[in-house]
Amino acid sequence: MRAEVQDFYRGTYLENTGRYKGIWAWLTSTDHKRIGLMYLYAISAFFIVGVIIGLLMRIELIAPGKTIVEPQAYNGLFTVHGIIMIFMVVIPGLSATFGNFSLPIMIGARDVAFPRLNLFSFYLFLFGSFLAILSQFMRHGPPDTGWTFYAPYSTSTGTNVIMATTAAFILGFSSILTGLNFIVTVHRLRAPGMTFFRMPLFPWAIYATAWIQLLATPVVGITLLMIIAERLFHIGFFDPALGGDPVLYQHLFWIYSHPAVYIMILPAMGVITEIIPTFCQRKVYGYKAIALSSVAIAAVGYLVWGHHMYTSGMSGKSLWLFSFLTFVVAVPSAIKVFNWLATMYKGSIDMKPPFLFALFFIFLFTIGGLTGLVLGALATNVHVHDTSFVVAHFHYIIFGGMGFAAFAAVHYWFPKMYGRMYNIKQATIASIIMFIGFNLLYFPQFIIGIEGMPRRYYDYFPQFQPAQIVSTIGGFVLAAGLVLMFYNLIRSARKGEKAPANPWNGTTLEWQIPSPPPLENFEEIPHIEGKPYNFK
Amino acid sequence: MEHQAKAHLLEHRDDEAAKLGMWLFIFTEILLFGGLFLVYAVYRAMYHTQFHEASLELNVVFGAVNTIVLLVSSMAVAMALTALQENKVKLSRQLIWLTVLCALIFMVNKYFEWGAKFEHDIYPGSELLRKLEHGHILYYGLYFAMTGLHALHVTVGMIILIVVERRIKAGKVHAEKFVFLENAALYWHLVDLIWIFLFPLLYLIT
Repeated sequence: MRAEVQDFYRGTYLENTGRYKGIWAWLTSTDHKRIGLMYLYAISAFFIVGVIIGLLMRIELIAPGKTIVEPQAYNGLFTVHGIIMIFMVVIPGLSATFGNFSLPIMIGARDVAFPRLNLFSFYLFLFGSFLAILSQFMRHGPPDTGWTFYAPYSTSTGTNVIMATTAAFILGFSSILTGLNFIVTVHRLRAPGMTFFRMPLFPWAIYATAWIQLLATPVVGITLLMIIAERLFHIGFFDPALGGDPVLYQHLFWIYSHPAVYIMILPAMGVITEIIPTFCQRKVYGYKAIALSSVAIAAVGYLVWGHHMYTSGMSGKSLWLFSFLTFVVAVPSAIKVFNWLATMYKGSIDMKPPFLFALFFIFLFTIGGLTGLVLGALATNVHVHDTSFVVAHFHYIIFGGMGFAAFAAVHYWFPKMYGRMYNIKQATIASIIMFIGFNLLYFPQFIIGIEGMPRRYYDYFPQFQPAQIVSTIGGFVLAAGLVLMFYNLIRSARKGEKAPANPWNGTTLEWQIPSPPPLENFEEIPHIEGKPYNFK
Repeated sequence: MEHQAKAHLLEHRDDEAAKLGMWLFIFTEILLFGGLFLVYAVYRAMYHTQFHEASLELNVVFGAVNTIVLLVSSMAVAMALTALQENKVKLSRQLIWLTVLCALIFMVNKYFEWGAKFEHDIYPGSELLRKLEHGHILYYGLYFAMTGLHALHVTVGMIILIVVERRIKAGKVHAEKFVFLENAALYWHLVDLIWIFLFPLLYLIT
């Protein structure tokens, strides 16, 4: 091995500085692990902002009428909460953070295919996020359209929509480049011997996600550009007064934004699929079914966008077709759930925090998924459309699903990231508090939703108040759990006990290298002989 | 595969990956325009007659000349790649300049074409346009949005081609390492391809 090549392996990726020192060694690093961590820090910061805004809304809703903010400010709050949480936290959350940190190691690569492009995506992400936050403070006031930017309101409101849509466009571009990078990485950089069906299932999920990122995001990109053009030049695409059709905007928006839900949830499912075999010490049940169900979700997920628009005005034929496809796309998700449960059967289960989070994920995701069918069915949808039932369903899928999977992922790969272990007991307590708080917060919304509580409303009838109070209390319980979790993780990253290379007795490649990994991961690229998940 | 994995370690270079990346990026570009094509299809179906009337106002000669110019430029950039692969560096650079020249002619043409429309008070939000029927407004909206976005891509393509030419001159892109030029050429073909769809949709179909 050449001398400079050997130099790569001195020290871990956390220590190895390269040309610059201190923070610059991070900000200019093209190492996938450092970029993954930078995403983690940035996304966590945005998440905390989003949570605080969420809590403000919960306080506002504790009683009918004005509690702490004016109605217009409330519209700003839910829009900003949505933009931050969707575009800056949930979409990049798992794919950019752990896609970067874990994916290359798990397929036996030294980095992603285009490391510099990877760093560029990260800066695009930061720039887009900066614009999104800036749009809240500029003159004309924060956008008040909701995160969906529905026309014609978004083309006529006086608030800062252009900056917010530009931000979403740039964030989308970052997401496209990340997806592109991962697709090429999976195609070109798998270790010798690692065929597609010898890949671990997290890379499979990231691979399927990357295709959605690549093929769906441009559509929302052009849609947002059209909104900007509408505002600047009054072209009339979505303005009925000029012959345009606002419903067309909804179609274009959901052509991206429904697949985007799978950008959020597929990597989460991938994480769970890694955690369950490891903590049951048992080969994953139905490897191929899980791998291909990711692809099936990605493919069918393209064709179901119309179920957001049952009440917007569509032909009867399109309605039942979209409803049918919505039920079809639930099948691969159910396949995964049953395979996870079957994997646990007769396994030697170890109730560590990552596994606990994974169990919570399955519970919450199942509730979210089943209530999704209530929304996917034509008759029931009309009844609960635009009520807090939708809010509850969405948060069960996105927060209960993707959010808890992200917590699971952090607790699973934490010892690999920092070479240190967090306090297991504290992590367990935090996860249970969050689980209780989560259900208190969102379950009442199902009930009052069915009773007719509209979503995005500032004011409500007094009969909904008891449930709203329970929700608000739940919100604070959840936040308390988050505080404990963040405290534990931040403290342990610096002062935790040293962790061994393979604390969970995992079988995938990331557990076969030291913790934290050296700069280019592998001294010798491993040769892959068989399937992952062979527990002895 | 194994050989290339090692090459990646020592040189951090994988031409196949670079090309694959470019193809994927081209997919995203096509989908970006795809959104506009979709809007075009919907409104064409909705306002069939008015689209027909409005399209008669476009100057087919301008469009046809620009189509020929872009086709020539695509041929030139393809020849530039072959020339570089055969180590005819000077010829390759000349052909790239020819491509850039064609792009420039295209843009100048476009400038006059748009200028004429502006002179007749036809531009998004104009007084005249507001008085016309809905189909006319949307047709011109689409005309400006689609050709405008395309012109933006022509400009980006020109810049990329000039950068490639500079790097060939500096000896950084050469007969052994031409993937940068290949990708630039791919991008240029995309720009051409989109025009090949825009031309009939906007100028020819009546």
